[in-house]
Amino acid sequence: MNSDKITKIVLFSVSFIILIVAGGMVFSLVGGAIPAFKTFGLGFITSTQWDPTDGHEVYGAMPFIAGTLITSFAALIISFPLSFATSLFLGEYYRNTFVAKILGTMVDLLAGIPSIVYGLWGFYVLRPFLIDIGFENQGFGVFTASLVLAIMIIPYATSLSNEIISMVPNDLKEAAYSLGATRYEVIMHVTVPAARSGIFAGYILAFGRALGETMAVTMLIGNSIKMPNGLFSTGNSMASVIANQFGEADGLKLSALISIGLLLFVITGIVNWIGKLIIKKMS
Amino acid sequence: MNTNILEIKDPILSIENLSVAYDKNVAVKDVSVGIKKNTVTAIMGPSGCGKSTLLRVLNRMHELYENIHTTGTVLLNGEDVFKMSPIKLRRRTGMVFQRPNPFPTMSIYDNVIAGYKLNGISQKKAERDEIVERSLRDVALWDEVKDSLTKKGTFLSGGQQQRLCIARALAFNPEIILLDEPTSALDPVATSKIEDLLITLKENYTIVMVTHNMSQAARISDYSLFMYLGELVEYGKTKNMFTNPQDRRTEEYLTGKFG
Amino acid sequence: MKVTGIKDNIKLRINKDRIFLSLVVLFSVITVSPIVLIIFKLIEKGYKQLSFSFLIEKTPDTLQAMSAISAHEVIPGGIANGILGTFLMVALAGVIAIPVGIISGVYLYENQGKLMANLVRNVSDILQGVPSIVLGLISYMWVVKHITHGFSALSGSVALSIMMLPMIVRSTEETLKMIPQTLKEAGLALGIPYWRVLFGILIPTGFSGLMTGILLAVSRVIGETAPLMLTALGSTVINTNISKPTSAIPLLIWEFYNDPNMVDLIWSSSLLLMIIVLTFNLVSKQVAAQRK
Ligand SMILES: Nc1ncnc2c1ncn2[C@@H]1O[C@H](COP(=O)(O)OP(=O)(O)OP(=O)(O)O)[C@@H](O)[C@H]1O
Ligand SMILES: [Mg+2]
Repeated sequence: MNSDKITKIVLFSVSFIILIVAGGMVFSLVGGAIPAFKTFGLGFITSTQWDPTDGHEVYGAMPFIAGTLITSFAALIISFPLSFATSLFLGEYYRNTFVAKILGTMVDLLAGIPSIVYGLWGFYVLRPFLIDIGFENQGFGVFTASLVLAIMIIPYATSLSNEIISMVPNDLKEAAYSLGATRYEVIMHVTVPAARSGIFAGYILAFGRALGETMAVTMLIGNSIKMPNGLFSTGNSMASVIANQFGEADGLKLSALISIGLLLFVITGIVNWIGKLIIKKMS
Repeated sequence: MNTNILEIKDPILSIENLSVAYDKNVAVKDVSVGIKKNTVTAIMGPSGCGKSTLLRVLNRMHELYENIHTTGTVLLNGEDVFKMSPIKLRRRTGMVFQRPNPFPTMSIYDNVIAGYKLNGISQKKAERDEIVERSLRDVALWDEVKDSLTKKGTFLSGGQQQRLCIARALAFNPEIILLDEPTSALDPVATSKIEDLLITLKENYTIVMVTHNMSQAARISDYSLFMYLGELVEYGKTKNMFTNPQDRRTEEYLTGKFG
Repeated sequence: MKVTGIKDNIKLRINKDRIFLSLVVLFSVITVSPIVLIIFKLIEKGYKQLSFSFLIEKTPDTLQAMSAISAHEVIPGGIANGILGTFLMVALAGVIAIPVGIISGVYLYENQGKLMANLVRNVSDILQGVPSIVLGLISYMWVVKHITHGFSALSGSVALSIMMLPMIVRSTEETLKMIPQTLKEAGLALGIPYWRVLFGILIPTGFSGLMTGILLAVSRVIGETAPLMLTALGSTVINTNISKPTSAIPLLIWEFYNDPNMVDLIWSSSLLLMIIVLTFNLVSKQVAAQRK
């Protein structure tokens, strides 16, 4: 066998590790989830009960699925005006300027801050502030978690939409200006429509990030196993319940937590896949 | 007074001592010229001589660049354009660009009416329909697209797209239409259609067009303006200029010595 | 035909335009303000504790901390066990992820458009989107349960390496794609064996690009807490055995956060963590900038 062939085989076999890891991941998650699903059936997904007391153990994932979706949606809504404005700042108003470079670097750094530091900041700075201004009376819960989550996902939403907005051809904008439009009108009627699928995909991917964020949510959402009943109630997300409850888990409880991990894996997978699909369609 | 520069009586557009600079780089030097109503005026000259810059000052599109400065005046029907709201000015002047650029997210219909939409002007449906039909008829596109008005403008051929862009510029009934090399991205057949169109349009509109194509200027323009390194070298009836250029540089350009 | 009755309020439109710009600027400033506020807070509350001994001593126990607080002294000890643990686990994760990532990136580059390569690329993208806590669960099931039979540094590294892998794959492929095809052809034309062309010419040419990707991946995993909670667990002693529970800076922050006596230490630890993460981040940017 010549060396070219060996090289090709090595390249292929090493890459195959990626497939094995991913396949093994699905296999192990499903395997670990079987006891819980065997005991509770599909009711595991829809049940709102979570009771680890020996003898009458009951586990249901609904409170955490709800907690995840509510915090992530709320984060998306809160982050929208901020990241939309930032991508216009970077990709349209101050494109290629020094201030944009500084601001862009700061947005990138936002993505670099560890989740646990966001959690601390949320706990020690944001939470007292929210209590002081009378917005929240305990400071914990879905809303506080969403607020910090919103800041955390801004860089992901911004970087894609900024790039797409800055790629909108200049001559389209000029055509609109030549018809008497103001810059605001050009942005709203020409630039944003032309960039809309990229902007949308950016928010989908940011949403995917929000779904799986663990530490900041764990520290702020209030760690309750009850179904959240509104923005200001406490709760748990799928990721945070795993982090909070893993320490004491074995047997059926561990299987329930792994099942939640599996559900989280599937949900984020679907969301990311939709985002990628939109990006692919664009180009 | 430079004798190579024809004086126009009652010009619709009058440019007086106009100079334009990008930072310190002067692109248009002290140009004074009048444009006659209901004519086609061609702006010619070698690459980089300031044709586009001059054209863009006429509807103040140059203000999109931050490093640009102008001195002098431009009068549209006697009104100083620099004292007007640029929004109003741009509605009174239509502009057509080098590459066809219909708005990709809008239908053919919406592209024609885009000026109204962008300006937030609301009308009755009947009024809109009338404007769309009139503008598309003006550019001889109506028969070709009347059954597909809801399709995206970007599905049309290059020549059709460019006519759509002219229709978009005509929808406001502008006093003057500015075109910057409108056929340079088109094939010969589409080009000759646009040329025919411009000749018919001058009955109702005044047309100023930048072109690199001398035979195009000869075919369709009534007046020609020759620029060189930012200066206006010669301005006169096209026929005269092509048969009997006054300035040596004009002659060299027209005989293909440079450019 | 005359266009009739153009009625619009130009003043209003211009004001709208201005207000919109002001909002864009205002919201952009709000967007980046957390980075300033966070860094400021960390420095303000953390710099006092940050000393040389903080870097080389291990964590105090909660009683030591309590008596220091009641005596109004600075809490003794440091986070050396966390620093070493982080270093150990990230290095080990790199040892696993970097070769696999680079070779897979080369494979993808060499097989553009082929079915198998597309599959690998898509799966790698899926891996990149998997929440880190799920990777913690996986490594728990694989390594903690079956290999080290207990919480361990190795299991932490495996979780981190699965996180790093897709980032390195992607940056390798993107970097190689930017290298002119002629370089490879020139190498092959000289009769240099294929593998030498790949690893002796292409990889060195794209070295700084690969480096950027690796540094960025490292900066992303250094601050990871959740997967380590399920795998490395944490330890109060300095540990260099990869099959034993090990601490890490983020794990210590989590412990301090949960122990009222230790709360004072969270700021200095976070400050140190931020300094390390941002250094990697900025260095990777610098390397990327030098390429241009
Ligand atoms: N945005 C700009 N910033 C700085 N200088 C510019 C800018 N646009 C044009 N120029 C300079 O101004 C001069 C005139 O440019 P202009 O585009 O008006 O020439 P033109 O006659 O239209 O050329 P062409 O035939 O190539 O279109 C050139 O020297 C050009 O380099
Ligand atoms: Mg030009």
